[in-house]
Amino acid sequence: MGEMPIIISERCDGCGLCLEVCQGSALKMAGKVVQIDEKGECDWCTLCEAVCLKEAIVCPFEIVTGKH
Amino acid sequence: MAVSIESLKSNPYFAELKPDEIAAIGAQVFERSAGRGEMVLLEGDPAEVMYFLVSGVVKVFKTSVEGKEQILNILRPGDSFNDVSVFDDGVNLASAQSMTPVELYGLRKNDIKTILNKHPQIALNIIRVLAGRVRQLAALVEDLSFRHVTSRVAKILLEYAADDWVSRPRLTQQEMASMAGTAREVVARSLKVLEDEGLIKFDHHRIIINNKEELARMAEIPL
Repeated sequence: MGEMPIIISERCDGCGLCLEVCQGSALKMAGKVVQIDEKGECDWCTLCEAVCLKEAIVCPFEIVTGKH
Repeated sequence: MAVSIESLKSNPYFAELKPDEIAAIGAQVFERSAGRGEMVLLEGDPAEVMYFLVSGVVKVFKTSVEGKEQILNILRPGDSFNDVSVFDDGVNLASAQSMTPVELYGLRKNDIKTILNKHPQIALNIIRVLAGRVRQLAALVEDLSFRHVTSRVAKILLEYAADDWVSRPRLTQQEMASMAGTAREVVARSLKVLEDEGLIKFDHHRIIINNKEELARMAEIPL
């Protein structure tokens, strides 16, 4: 499993919007909160982060300097 | 976790103090830990405690009445926060939230006054720390007043770029927006502009800076 978004479960209200926008099936519901689906893949589109009103899922970027 | 004298010694507040002085201060310090995303301080609450960051990353931010967030600073181990609010007997000037699991050392307002009376060298160290804070806030005012959003985003990318020697906190687009004083969508557009111009490249969870010189020119900062 590659790098995946970070879920802050305490904030998740289980609305499921992130699952709807995820094109890689990287998320699943576990009870009333969302969880990473280890069978899925994430292409870091960050749509899940964009639609979450509770800021319960985040996709932080590592910023690096490319080698010339 | 026990209060580490070594951690205290590495903090600018306690530079040039004798070991017995640091040990005496260490006795006043209390420990606190917080999970990712936890609020450590709330803007507007009475200021009772200042904190030293031992490990992890904390963001310090203000919130408008509409709920818009402006990040004032992103703190790393060795940094302190809420000191201004504690020194002027006011309320917390800003909120603080952990971006990763964090370990903190706290000092209560009354204990700080006792320590300052006993160890005047600390007052000089505090002036140095607060002067740096004024410089940093003046730079933020300059950014918000004079730089276009794409220029601000370029500056953030350069400031938060890790290299072979130094690692930096990872940033979400929302955090970049809160630092640049704009909306997440605007940051997303600015990043796209920078990508289209070949200055950066997205590689999954990485933003790779392809042309540091041109990005610095866009950010209007010397390299």
